[in-house]
Amino acid sequence: MKELLELLEKDYTQSPETLADLLNRPKEEIAKQIRQLETEKIIVKYHTIINWEKAGVDIVSAIITVRITPQREVGFDAIAERIYRFPEVRNLYLMSGSFDLLVMVEGQTMKEVANFVSTKLATIEGVISTTSHFVLKKYKEEGVIIEDREKDRRLVVTP
Amino acid sequence: MTWADRISPAVRAIPPSGIRRFFDIAAEMEDVISLGVGEPDFVTPWHIRESCIHGLNLGYTSYTSNAGLLELREEIVRTIQRDCDGLTYNPRNEVLVTVGVSEALDLAMRTVLTPGDEVLIPEPCYVSYQACTILAGGVPVPVVTTMENNFRVTVQQLEEKLTNRTKVLLLGYPNNPTGAIMPRQELLAIAEFAKRHDLIVISDEIYSSLTYEGTHTCFASLPDIKDRTILMNGFSKSFAMTGWRIGYALGNPDFIAAMTKIHQFTMLCAPITAQLAALEALQSGGSSVQKMVAEYNTRRRLMLKGLREMGLTCFEPQGAFYIFPSIKETGLTSLQFAEELLKAEKVALVPGDAFGASGEGFVRCSYASSLPKLSEALERINRFLKTGLPRLKK
Repeated sequence: MKELLELLEKDYTQSPETLADLLNRPKEEIAKQIRQLETEKIIVKYHTIINWEKAGVDIVSAIITVRITPQREVGFDAIAERIYRFPEVRNLYLMSGSFDLLVMVEGQTMKEVANFVSTKLATIEGVISTTSHFVLKKYKEEGVIIEDREKDRRLVVTP
Repeated sequence: MTWADRISPAVRAIPPSGIRRFFDIAAEMEDVISLGVGEPDFVTPWHIRESCIHGLNLGYTSYTSNAGLLELREEIVRTIQRDCDGLTYNPRNEVLVTVGVSEALDLAMRTVLTPGDEVLIPEPCYVSYQACTILAGGVPVPVVTTMENNFRVTVQQLEEKLTNRTKVLLLGYPNNPTGAIMPRQELLAIAEFAKRHDLIVISDEIYSSLTYEGTHTCFASLPDIKDRTILMNGFSKSFAMTGWRIGYALGNPDFIAAMTKIHQFTMLCAPITAQLAALEALQSGGSSVQKMVAEYNTRRRLMLKGLREMGLTCFEPQGAFYIFPSIKETGLTSLQFAEELLKAEKVALVPGDAFGASGEGFVRCSYASSLPKLSEALERINRFLKTGLPRLKK
């Protein structure tokens, strides 16, 4: 199963036929297993990494560190849920260290993001403070180097 | 009298590499998908490159001892012990760090051969084996392995080629170009053969970490064979470090001292930058190797299935990153097939006879390329077989 997941993580556009060839297993079995992994939400979603800057689309990303007061019985989870429901929030992690939540936010303009932080995020009950850091340049995302300069430099034929 | 006439007869006796000739044609074409490459398509893992850069920053730019950095030799010994069934060597006098296995092979041949000595070489095999033997004054004796026997060499085949001048048996498994491996049981029989006839065994195990079915058996780890074996391995294939030119030889102190003597006067030492990188590779390169092996394995399956579905007879390779289909049924020679395929579909592979006369009728495809490229290459080969080839025959 791990091998199949790794292949899908690398390239989910490969057909069950190809995957079956790569893993030397029957096509039907692979198709069935993929369906099951999707149902069980082991495969959560198929994701595409886009270089929006190159596409000429302006997107502003920011990382907001948030300190919060945990609540009785639900701990951090209730506040986290109130935060991750916002579509502006792309990633949300509970962290160890000097702050509690790391929120990655995207918007079309800096003003839009700033507005979201000050009116939506900072005002949630239990949020003590927020600190915003705007992303200047993305070098690597989801394990992929955005503009990789490495290329195949091998000779055409070697022993 | 021309300048060419004044070249040493030993050098003249070596035929030009079959690969070189084909390379000259392929190199001039554009948009070629190459299955002709005998090196990984991965770039050396970053942590290894980074450690070399760090070394340069610290000013590691000098010679090292002839045998190589002691720390590296110790790490090589640890790795061999871990991977080869507890096989032990003394890092101080049984290890030599070389400029790739290529240098190690040359040193070993020059160390053990006297003119006229015969070297048993299972074929098809790596292109250097014959040449290094001849350059050292030896006589290469090909022992032809067959697809029917999974390109493994048998004791019977070896016995047939044995004479009173036979001194060395040269093994190269996992094999380039066939992808064959030698299981432990069959190696045991060969070890007995070597002992029975008092032969020296040179074992080139550069592809040892690329074994897909079963586990690799290190020849020197078999009972009572270590001292008559010169074991060679390196970093090129397992750590994608071909261009660094770094490898090593392990053997009894007498052989290693003699090899070191030649190395000291011809090479002095392997480059210190490559030695530092090699050290990092052994100390923390394990997980990158596993990832590479998993990736090669999926490609191997794709190629085997693809080539067989086209109707080519194809042995299932179990090691290295080559697949060696037979093209006899096309009626073309290996070279014709490779040239016509290159012209018609711009896919480069290597004619089998580059690896010895017995490779005729086969072509070597390297699957050290990305999956999309391999799929595309398979499609093109298929098209060549279905449409290009019939047109050619008219």
